[in-house]
Amino acid sequence: MIRAITALLLAGAALPAAAAPTAIVGATILTARGETVIENGTLIFDNGRITAVGKGLAVPAGASVVDGKGRILTPGIIDAVSDLGISEVNGVRETNDGGARQSPFSAALDVSTAVNPRSIHIAISRLAGITRAAAVPDSSSGVFGGQGAVISLADAGPTLTRARALQYVEIGETGGRLAGGSRPAAWAQLANMFAESQRLLAAPATFDRGQDSGSLAKRLDAEALAAVIDGRQALFVHVERASDIQEVLKLKNRYPALRPVLIGAREAWLVAADIARAGVPVITHPLYDLPAEFESLAASRNNLGALQAAGVTVAIAALGGIGGSTPPNIPSYAGNAVAQGLVPGGKGLTKGQALAAITANPARILGLADTGTLEAGKRADLVLWDGDPLELTSAPVAVWIDGAAQPMTSRQSQLAQRYKSLGRTDLPLQYPR
Amino acid sequence: MRAVMMMSVAGLAMVAAAATAKDKPAPTPPPPPPEVVSVPKDPWPSQYKPYPGEVTVIRGATIYDGAGHRLDNGMIRLEGGKVAEIGASVAVPAGAKLIEAAGRYVTAGIIDIHSHLGVYSSPGVDANSDGNEATSPARPEVWAEHSVWPQDPGFSRALAGGITAMHVLPGSANLFGGRGVTLKPVYGRSVQEMKFPGAPYSLKMACGENPKRVYGSRGQMPQTRMGNIAYARQLWSDATNYKRRWDDYTKRAQAGTAKPTDAPRRELALDTLMGVLNGEILVENHCYRADEMANVISMSHEFGYKVTAFHHAVESYKIADMLKAEGICAAMWADWYGFKMESYDGIRENIALVNAAGACAIVHSDDENGIQRLNQEAAKAIAAGRRLGLAIAPEQAWTWLSLNPAKGLGISDRTGSLEPGKAADVVLWSAEPFSVYARPMQVWIDGAVMYDWGDPKRRPTADFELGQPGQGEVK
Repeated sequence: MIRAITALLLAGAALPAAAAPTAIVGATILTARGETVIENGTLIFDNGRITAVGKGLAVPAGASVVDGKGRILTPGIIDAVSDLGISEVNGVRETNDGGARQSPFSAALDVSTAVNPRSIHIAISRLAGITRAAAVPDSSSGVFGGQGAVISLADAGPTLTRARALQYVEIGETGGRLAGGSRPAAWAQLANMFAESQRLLAAPATFDRGQDSGSLAKRLDAEALAAVIDGRQALFVHVERASDIQEVLKLKNRYPALRPVLIGAREAWLVAADIARAGVPVITHPLYDLPAEFESLAASRNNLGALQAAGVTVAIAALGGIGGSTPPNIPSYAGNAVAQGLVPGGKGLTKGQALAAITANPARILGLADTGTLEAGKRADLVLWDGDPLELTSAPVAVWIDGAAQPMTSRQSQLAQRYKSLGRTDLPLQYPR
Repeated sequence: MRAVMMMSVAGLAMVAAAATAKDKPAPTPPPPPPEVVSVPKDPWPSQYKPYPGEVTVIRGATIYDGAGHRLDNGMIRLEGGKVAEIGASVAVPAGAKLIEAAGRYVTAGIIDIHSHLGVYSSPGVDANSDGNEATSPARPEVWAEHSVWPQDPGFSRALAGGITAMHVLPGSANLFGGRGVTLKPVYGRSVQEMKFPGAPYSLKMACGENPKRVYGSRGQMPQTRMGNIAYARQLWSDATNYKRRWDDYTKRAQAGTAKPTDAPRRELALDTLMGVLNGEILVENHCYRADEMANVISMSHEFGYKVTAFHHAVESYKIADMLKAEGICAAMWADWYGFKMESYDGIRENIALVNAAGACAIVHSDDENGIQRLNQEAAKAIAAGRRLGLAIAPEQAWTWLSLNPAKGLGISDRTGSLEPGKAADVVLWSAEPFSVYARPMQVWIDGAVMYDWGDPKRRPTADFELGQPGQGEVK
């Protein structure tokens, strides 16, 4: 009863960033820098930024102190490929801004205009330790899906961390289908869009003239792709087959500033050395192990471990293709990547690598220089856990984003409280208790 | 041809008894038994044969027996394909294979009550899409086993995840999807060679969004939830009528007043529904929302059949008391929610709340990936329950993975728990199986080692994966 009331109060009001410094004392601190573990450590933050991390630090006068004894402190988890804030119920079209099948535009679509900070999934994911995410559109009217945004999951915002942080494109089976029916069609569409973007940049005045009326590129799409070609925006490429991956890597010869990131990449382990040599990061799911499509016949849970061993920057996201894949499960997906290394013949990640794959590495891939690890000067995006953060049975006991303590409730926790006891009382369950 | 064979089955059994004595004068022979035509119960019987195993004793492990018990530093002996003995100490016959398993865990094999392996095989191309006969809202005449591709690579992955039996169902496009079949993840050349011997059939039913969307979008009934129920009620009424005709004919035939040609014309669709009304076929009902489950329960009361389990059942926590009172199991995911309107109220505490109400909780997959890690789904549910203040012992939670699904499939007398005389369907885990770091080391089915993480010769490769990139890679 008391718990239910507390939950309701907390749900309504986000707590502002503390004016005084905060010290989390006595926790085991996993910094996500290598395998560093600070036992019985102290982390101090002030004005939304970490000011010190270490052992035996003096707590500043006036600081509020959080007892971290028996807890584990990590950076906030970052989901580098999500639909957080842009889709409420995937199957209910009007609530889903992730794709736009009827739109004449593709690369120009900018999801930052659609992000809804009040989506229930933001609180639900935050309760599981997710502090930032990329909201990434799907391709549906052509190979390009549009521009994704990096968002904060903070209850009181600001939600938009960076608009237009990346462009999304489909290559392989899906790209072929969207482009008209084949892989060459997908590559032709991509080449044409890039060429049109370059032509627009070279001579904006002539782009819309009559002689170009046959152009397959809309002006806004061509404009949007300029940021991809000159490397200001990362290009998230969904690609699975090894040979398709190699074609993507070749793009860098033609567009040297391009910053491709491979998404999915189930057969990446077959060409891990090539990917490492090209310096291209990979975002994948550690549980892919079925020949789900012809483009992923070689799928194996060894993929991540093989890529890590080859020197590729890897990140784990709650990608599709795995039933029930949602952001709250990302830490345990990372735990599974560790477990794979314990199987005879298995290739997995160390615990430090696994934590980095859901914090430091996605931050780096998204160009977030000021989050993803626990070190002085970084944003105070923090999660205090009741156990090993990669374990299925662990959960956060506290979450801070930009130094602001977050409410630990969601619509789901309210439903659980409402139905915890089904006994009939004076009024239906739908009345406050 | 088939019809002729079926008609003769009932008569055959009694003929053999008519032997005559030698010495005495032959008495007047009794009149021949009346020939009674019946609907065959198992016309496509299992051809599964267990593979050879050896007498095996596992010593020193922590055992979750699947029936809610835990044995620390326990022992178990597998012999003749069965669990022979389990306890603090068991006999170790000469020549028995002894596995020292201190620090490891032994559990009953995991049973998935909701799978589409073989009917939606990998790779997921249209040509392999065989789960929904979406040509009418009622297709109880189709049987999932006739769609199963025994070479689905997914069977090998399920086995490596500790699965020892699974129920393969038609999809949920239809109100009446057809019959489900219980299989073992043991590759065969035919589905018959994978069928769990003697397991009852199920009838897959569905309520809610899927049937009304699939048919409503074609301008057909059902287009609404009320259409779903009306359509189903009419069919149950037809089935009741069909059963009456058969019962009446059978009574008359047994009394010698009806000829075989008086038997009702067989309707394959109604055969399945009559099997439900006769209590021989189990109803496995896809249903998300609490209020819709309540409607299905009322419909089952109206027509006198039993729902064995609600599947997906993301709002079970709202009616856990009702499920307990009705004796209906809820087969659930740990945390799937929000992907469609009827899943919007899914919560992570669902399984734990059903368990706490004393109802029959089952963890299911409905997914070729999830089936590989049902132990992990249960772990999430335990943790969510504990945070809500519900104490759940791990050995209790293991019933969600073995004995409860075995009950939900009508096979709990043969498998689902590690008890002497039951099948040696066993998993040896590398660590506490609710830890993310645990993996099955060995999986026994009927006492035979069908998977061994350290022995490539005990890891199957489906035909489809031969000669493909990635063959031989640890998956």
